[in-house]
Amino acid sequence: MNGAPSGRDTAIPDGTWKDGTWEDGTWEELVTTALLGTDRRAPAHVPPGRTAPAALLDAAAVATVRRRAGLRPGRAAHRPERAPADPRPPLPAAAARRLTTLLADRSGGTGGGRRGSTPDLMELLPQWLAAANARGYAAPPQALPALLDAARGRTDLRPAALAFAGPRALWLARLNPDWRFALRAAPGGGAALPDTEDAEAVRRLWREGLFAERAALLGALRARTPERGRDLLASTWATERAEDRLMFLDSLRTGLSDADEPFLEQALGDRSRNVRATAADLLSALPGSALAARMAVRATACVALDRTGDAPAIVVEAPLECDADMERDGVVATPPAGRGERSWWLGQLVESAPLGTWPRRLGGRTPEEIVALPVTDGWQGELHAAWCRAAVRQRDAAWSRALLGSPSAPEAGGPGAVSLAERAKLLAALGPEDRAAWVAGFIATHGLSEAFQLLGVCAVPWAPPLGRAVVDALDIAREAGSYPWSFSGVMGLAERCLDPAEATRLETLLSIPDEPEDAAPGAGGYWAEAFQRLVTTLRLRAEMARELMPPAGPEEGGAQPPDAAG
Amino acid sequence: MTEQGVRWTAEQVLALAPDAASRKAGSKLGVAGPWSGTGSGEGTVWGLCKGSGSRPYQTVVDLAGATGPGYKCSCPSRKFPCKHALGLLLLWAGDEDAVPAGERPPDWAGQWLAGRRGREEARKTRGEEGSAGGAADPEAARRRAERRAERVTAGATELEQRLADLLRGGLAAAEQTGYGWWDETAARMVDAQAPGLAARVRELGAVPASGAGWPARLLEECALLHLLDQGWLRRAGLPDALAATVRSRIGLPAAPDGPPLRDRWLVLAQYDVVDPKLTTRRIWLHGAGSGRTRQVLSYGAAGRAPELSLPVGLALEAELTTYPGGGRARAALGERFAAPAPAAFRPPGTTTAEAAARYGEALRDDPWLESVPVTLDRVIPVPDGDRWQLADADADTALPLTGPARSRPGLWRLVALSGGAPVTVFGECGHRGFTPLTAWPEGTGEAVPLC
Repeated sequence: MNGAPSGRDTAIPDGTWKDGTWEDGTWEELVTTALLGTDRRAPAHVPPGRTAPAALLDAAAVATVRRRAGLRPGRAAHRPERAPADPRPPLPAAAARRLTTLLADRSGGTGGGRRGSTPDLMELLPQWLAAANARGYAAPPQALPALLDAARGRTDLRPAALAFAGPRALWLARLNPDWRFALRAAPGGGAALPDTEDAEAVRRLWREGLFAERAALLGALRARTPERGRDLLASTWATERAEDRLMFLDSLRTGLSDADEPFLEQALGDRSRNVRATAADLLSALPGSALAARMAVRATACVALDRTGDAPAIVVEAPLECDADMERDGVVATPPAGRGERSWWLGQLVESAPLGTWPRRLGGRTPEEIVALPVTDGWQGELHAAWCRAAVRQRDAAWSRALLGSPSAPEAGGPGAVSLAERAKLLAALGPEDRAAWVAGFIATHGLSEAFQLLGVCAVPWAPPLGRAVVDALDIAREAGSYPWSFSGVMGLAERCLDPAEATRLETLLSIPDEPEDAAPGAGGYWAEAFQRLVTTLRLRAEMARELMPPAGPEEGGAQPPDAAG
Repeated sequence: MTEQGVRWTAEQVLALAPDAASRKAGSKLGVAGPWSGTGSGEGTVWGLCKGSGSRPYQTVVDLAGATGPGYKCSCPSRKFPCKHALGLLLLWAGDEDAVPAGERPPDWAGQWLAGRRGREEARKTRGEEGSAGGAADPEAARRRAERRAERVTAGATELEQRLADLLRGGLAAAEQTGYGWWDETAARMVDAQAPGLAARVRELGAVPASGAGWPARLLEECALLHLLDQGWLRRAGLPDALAATVRSRIGLPAAPDGPPLRDRWLVLAQYDVVDPKLTTRRIWLHGAGSGRTRQVLSYGAAGRAPELSLPVGLALEAELTTYPGGGRARAALGERFAAPAPAAFRPPGTTTAEAAARYGEALRDDPWLESVPVTLDRVIPVPDGDRWQLADADADTALPLTGPARSRPGLWRLVALSGGAPVTVFGECGHRGFTPLTAWPEGTGEAVPLC
């Protein structure tokens, strides 16, 4: 054990860290001897007075310390490119900390059991992301792994999470197979796209880019200058593959206008049936288009006013055949199983005809009057359902309102069998205020049990009348003595969507009331807990919004967007 | 006690949590909703938290204590700190309006604080007296130490014999014996009151199952164990510092005996090593004035978090006293003169070549050393097949990351923080490679814990 070398001696080969072993003849020799045992194979050198195993261990100890002391860095592997710069301003410090807490809650979000009185942080992540994106902040780099993990687990979070995560997240995703999904998703963040004003860069990306990049580019152009997007698509239309044509054509939905008609009309003659159907679908959303006019002619031939009876009524004569012209205009000839051909064709004609056709055809009546007319021979369901689809597609507020009817009507919604899902779609065609007012009226009459889907289409935060209606209905449910978990869906929505300013109004609901005799046992306490969570969540949301406010710097105004309510 | 601008960050507060469940529960309470009557002043924070019962819990935290943060809560939880204390600190960290500063504590909090401060004073006085008359019976203590040394010697001799038998029969045969032989040998070392030897022997039992290259690793560790035995048996001939190192590696108790070094200590890293019976918290500190890097250990019995917690990125004005042996890297935290507060400075960094050289040099004082603390400046995380390295930005050299470091989530935080650009990384550099513990981005920016 003498002469422990310093490891700096030039005679000793420098080792580097490789698989935790050391390539060296002497060392290999020692390991072999140790493996076999000194009884079978004597060490090379045994000093007098030492046993063979001790001599082996002495030599191995010297070699081990010598190797460790002589370790040198290895050669650097090929370095990754630098992540593209993220020009967005950094998050304010408090908001960055909030993000960490929201993401840290992810792990146990699905844990079962009662929800207790504390907020469900994971549920607030989507609106936090939306608010941060609206203000155009960059994500803190060290938060990206947790953000990508969250987006990996929840597909609904992906668009907002990836937009917020920005270009560095895509850079990161290339290094970790767990995050491949981020590369597959369209890089809609805009940061990777060229300036849409730079015509040459746009053309180059359109010619050479990957599908996702091209789709993102087209989407960005349609959102700002729709005609440039369409011209770009038209320039390469003939050479695109059928599935790409379909996806690109569908993106014309953004910024759709009459100017797109010639292009769409030409796409009606496309080789691919799906492309034709999409073109027809888009054209029928343009009431002034030639296709819409052709559909109007066909549809009005089937629907007429019958004045022969005591009161005027609508008579329906469904088409007898689906000819080639109809098919070219996007009518699907073969009905799904279980549906009659003629009613299937009728539905498609009415759905694609401009709604403005009907007042002229039916004696100058308003949409309300038309919807109120009786329909003969049991055609009402079919006809009203087609009008609903038309109102949704053409985003016609007057027809939507007529078909929805009065929210306080006993069977609220249209006189026809309009399902909750259809009502929700019709509501989307109304302005945010009308929508909130209609749903508020609905809740005031019908309570909360059917309201969940309708609440989902209302603008966040809820307008004051709607918020009040929901809170009042919850209060009524509490006084009725049932358990709060029958309303957990609406409660969860309220936590996310109520205006945080409502928190003060809710204070009075936090106390545990005396239990009425017929109440479910303990319900009062659970309600207090549920309202506690609601109030706490609202406060938290108010705070989250405050943290995301840009710091009041010396240069006020300028590039910052006006303060959007959130 | 300075009050301005010393609010901690949420990460720093969450680092106090004893476990993941507490972190989560505490996060949920870190909002204004359930809290009332909150306030802070002179390094303490207090508030009332509404729980499921009719009376709110009274929670108070003392961050300025000389022996580390203290917590008091009227809740029945046995977690320490409980979720209410964590929630209160989070609220305090995140929202200056929710927990106003410069207040006077209410009576219920004030009483506890006064009692705590009183006990601290008493402990300090007692400590001073204790060190004066500490060796109450030096003769008895010397006899006890002698008896123990005899046992350790018997243990080390027996271990030498067992190692010799092992190598006579060959390591290939040891592969078949499994853990049993090692466990039995470890138990013998426990009996011999040599816990350091016992721990090493127990770890050896796992080497044959550790994959390709195990014979070389097993031989290395057997050789170092042999070296330690020999060091003990011939300690009389060793220089004092090396003899102290051998004693501490064997596992004999030692008291910190270095001169107290007062400095502004930056918390570089804090991580727990969890054992079924014991949780060991390792905290690396860097002195702003002295430039020294020291490790402070804190222990928690099974399932309990160690009491000492120093969140990364804070700096505290305190005295450290080093332990003998091991190059005097380990220290005990003595008196603290101010509550930990966020600090903007970073430790000075070096290159990968210098880091490797430092480890080599440190082996002179302690050949059993696994790694040394090093701050690397201007390094880039680089993928190397299925491994990772930290490559110098300005040279063609790189240190590989250790196996455990590759599988931690901290690796990805490091890679994301860098984005292909040079970063500053503090970690442990040893014969297995580099384990990153904390990183700082290029330019300015806060420390990002990686462990």
